[in-house]
Amino acid sequence: MLADKDRIFTNVYGYQPWNLPAAQGRGDWDNTKAILEKGRDAIIEEMKASGLRGRGGAGFPTGLKWSFMPKDPPSDHLGNPKPSFLVINADESEPGSCKDREIIRHDPHKLIEGALIAGFAMGARAAYIYVRGEYIREAETLFAAVDEAYEAGLIGKNACGSGYDFDVFVHRGAGAYICGEETAMIESLEGKKGQPRLKPPFPAGAGLYGCPTTVNNVESIAVAPTIMRRGATWFSSFGRENNFGTKLFQISGHVDKPCVVEEEMGIPFRELIEKHCGGVRGGWDNLLAVIPGGSSVPLVPAAQIMDAQMDFDGLKELGSGLGTAAVIVMDKSTDIVRAISRLSYFYKHESCGQCTPCREGTGWMWRVMERLREGDAQVEEIDMLQQVTKQVEGHTICALGDAAAWPIQGLIRHFRPELERRISENVREAAE
Amino acid sequence: MPKVTVDGTELEVPAGATILQACELAGKEIPRFCYHERLSIAGNCRMCLVEVAPGPPKPQASCALPAAEGQTIRTNSEMVQKAREGVMEFLLINHPLDCPICDQGGECDLQDQSLNYGRGATRYDENKRAVTEKHMGPLIKTAMTRCIHCTRCVRFSEEIAGVDEIGALYRGENMQITTYLEQAAKHEMSANVIDLCPVGALTSRPYAFEARPWELKKTLSIDISDACGANIRVDSRGREVLRVLPRVNDDVNEEWISDKARYMCEGLTRRRLDQPWIRKGGKLQPATWEEAFAAIKRINPGENIAALAGDTLDCETMFAAKKLVAALGSTMLEGRQTGMDYDTSSMAAVNFNSGLAGIEAADAILIVGSHVRWEAPLVNVRLRKAVKRGAKVFLIGPDWETTFGGEFLGDDLSLLGNLPGHVADALKSAERPAIIVGGGAIAKGAIPPALALAAQYNLVRDGWNGFNVLHLAAARMGGLMLGFAQKGGLADIVAAKPKMVISLAADEVDYTKFADSMIVYVGHHGDAGAHAADIILPAAAYTEKAGTYVNTEGRVQFAEKAVFAPGDAREDWTILRAMADALGVEVGFDRFEELRAAMIAEVSALGVEGLADYGNVLPDGNAAPVSVVIGYPVKDFYLTNSICRASATMQRCSAELIDRDEIAEAAE
Repeated sequence: MLADKDRIFTNVYGYQPWNLPAAQGRGDWDNTKAILEKGRDAIIEEMKASGLRGRGGAGFPTGLKWSFMPKDPPSDHLGNPKPSFLVINADESEPGSCKDREIIRHDPHKLIEGALIAGFAMGARAAYIYVRGEYIREAETLFAAVDEAYEAGLIGKNACGSGYDFDVFVHRGAGAYICGEETAMIESLEGKKGQPRLKPPFPAGAGLYGCPTTVNNVESIAVAPTIMRRGATWFSSFGRENNFGTKLFQISGHVDKPCVVEEEMGIPFRELIEKHCGGVRGGWDNLLAVIPGGSSVPLVPAAQIMDAQMDFDGLKELGSGLGTAAVIVMDKSTDIVRAISRLSYFYKHESCGQCTPCREGTGWMWRVMERLREGDAQVEEIDMLQQVTKQVEGHTICALGDAAAWPIQGLIRHFRPELERRISENVREAAE
Repeated sequence: MPKVTVDGTELEVPAGATILQACELAGKEIPRFCYHERLSIAGNCRMCLVEVAPGPPKPQASCALPAAEGQTIRTNSEMVQKAREGVMEFLLINHPLDCPICDQGGECDLQDQSLNYGRGATRYDENKRAVTEKHMGPLIKTAMTRCIHCTRCVRFSEEIAGVDEIGALYRGENMQITTYLEQAAKHEMSANVIDLCPVGALTSRPYAFEARPWELKKTLSIDISDACGANIRVDSRGREVLRVLPRVNDDVNEEWISDKARYMCEGLTRRRLDQPWIRKGGKLQPATWEEAFAAIKRINPGENIAALAGDTLDCETMFAAKKLVAALGSTMLEGRQTGMDYDTSSMAAVNFNSGLAGIEAADAILIVGSHVRWEAPLVNVRLRKAVKRGAKVFLIGPDWETTFGGEFLGDDLSLLGNLPGHVADALKSAERPAIIVGGGAIAKGAIPPALALAAQYNLVRDGWNGFNVLHLAAARMGGLMLGFAQKGGLADIVAAKPKMVISLAADEVDYTKFADSMIVYVGHHGDAGAHAADIILPAAAYTEKAGTYVNTEGRVQFAEKAVFAPGDAREDWTILRAMADALGVEVGFDRFEELRAAMIAEVSALGVEGLADYGNVLPDGNAAPVSVVIGYPVKDFYLTNSICRASATMQRCSAELIDRDEIAEAAE
């Protein structure tokens, strides 16, 4: 179990105020100038050495991502150098995820300081924090925290007295899940309809307003100052190779005490639930399945998850993923088909409509799922549904198509007997 | 030049080519819906998926992926076939089974590709989506249930037309393509989205339920609605022209045509002159050809004869008229109906020398007295491209809504001799500066000062001629080459008081000036010219005769005959040939080929398709433009000639799409 002294987010429950003096009391903004004085390369090297993998779901190494930003910015058509931008993804809309919300609510200065350090390391002119539309109070907090930081001279002209000019802009989204996709977020920031762009070109080459851009998750950015202060070796002392560090787990569903908690990567599932959530409702025998990483990863049945290591590789072995570490626990009272069908509805609702497989496929999958929920289908349709998910997966511009397909694939993989039972019962009922 | 392997064939592709282009170079057909050569890449239909190694183990959208050295591309692997089948199935699940009642049938990309790449049957049992129809104006008929969201129409209006009027609402499977607030698409090129639409979502409203494509005879022709000479295909059935479509010609119209070029063909069946008429007792009375020619014989004008050419004429008609007039001993020929009298001794001084495609390369452009959107929509498209490449555009003349920005300097012609400092600097520092002199300015005598400006700013330089005159009439350049220009313009002919005036579909002339002349109107529509005529000889419109046309850049192009003229109407040259017999003179040709040969013998450039060579030497101009306010000759884009004035569709467009309040305000 992670010791209190090793926690990065020391105010995640909001026992203390979020404001600048309190944050400084917790160690934020402590001689940030000294960190910046180490220089761009040193910061990126330190981040690479820490082994931090992006906390937004895909798990791409953060330091490596920063290093993709061009050292010499490209020129525009008039020959002037283009600015670079950091975009911070606070459009946390994945069902089950709620870690960024807690960070912005209670520790906004960690994020703003991280923005300065990350922005400096990649030579960015400014950071745009894209806040989910539904996060109204959180956005208010963030606006106030940014104002505080400007007033204290921590950001803006000559940020922290380092001689580096850096602005932070908070931008509120309008509540579209797809705007959490990095290129859709860039489109949305530019004032366009939030639809993912084709890649290549990648944002590091041509992103926001055609300028080099890096999009990072809130948590990835917010842990950066602590990593810089305490060192890469401290951070990589947690977890195992390729899965270093600490992580905010968000446990929801059928546990006694749902919570957001910072824990070491790779903590066994049973320990996570026992220590922090008071166990599964109705005991471990009552556990049915777990969605370990937010709605877009396949579910894992009880038997396999119980002793699984909660990190990227541990869950990948189970055919699922860590995602954002939003653990959705479902006990045996759950109508599992209905649960997954509800997720299908979510993806149908949130598909941007740009590319064909996702636009047409998400609706089709949801409709078949709804019939499977009642058993109002043929057994062959289970295979057809599986094929349709395969026709969507990997054929779309962004990953939303994959995300819509995976939960259904997980359901068919692990709960096919349940689906078939409903169909046969329905047929019998109809016959009687 | 990266080397790639497509289905086992190794080939080199140009740098910057996409995988799709590489496959096409290798002779492989890649199905696609959203990709279009002239629009930006959207990559959203996912139909063009191919397998590319090295790369992720999933099919890649070939339209958006750059070809790189050493790639192995497979276009017919199992993965690719499955991907195509899958995408095709998704496209079809919500596409209605409308084919029997859909106007796109027979020329539908979705039909063709589902036959070639789709599954045999559907597995979709749910209800299909239905979408309400959208109002897009009098030209575009919508059936949005059929839409496959390829966004070609959205990209066309944003990128080519330059107006943000078509877009997508909502998201996911509820996404709908519509115009802004469901207003009509108000653009001169709007109907091109009908050609772009790969399915039957956007179809032609006037052509709705008229014909199937396989019933139509396709004839290659040239558009005469403006002086650009867009290449068109005339689709006809029996004696009726049903529709006009653009042909691809990168030097002229790329693959667009204006709405007027597309829809004025409807006017070819209305208000037609289909028999001769003779004015008796102040009233036009129906007559036979014999009576008409007898009447002409009675006039017996001798050398006291003049010919006026209309704006839509082919060169052969004008040449035949010239021969007739010459045989009678006269040289009174004029095509500039509104009385313009600019000097035509140098054709280079009245030509669009940069070329329609060439103007894209200009980096500083001064437009003098041209409402380009209305006078030459295809040039407007080119100007937009030039601006996208970084060109600066300045305009002299009353304000109009440009689609490419640009700065209006004022509406006084004297600005030409006294350009503001920043404009002069821009022209001086430009590598390829250009001036475009439009009809409104020519009428006010702008060519000599424009020539002076061309000399001052060195517009003609090595490999570049930036002096351009933008005409409005399809017949203008051909007419000038054939000598349809008096020194003093129309006024010379008025002063000569000819006994007989042959009006060749000349509908813009003020005939009150010819009160003492007998007017013989050889034309196809009962328009202004016919109203003033004493004898009407029914002739053929542009689709009813073969002909040679020269566009404003001096490009000689040939059009073929699509249908026969209605009723007793005859092709123009035969009428003029018969008039020669009636008047007892010899013109030297009995057949069309002989006429054409005689014409080419006289003006050899008319015999060669392509740009006529007028040389790059501009005459000297005088540098003192008079202070006069420029006006634009086109008051209504949709009603500029007798054919479109007879078209109900063009009249509806004029009523619905032209903002009259704005014009009234501007006039005040």
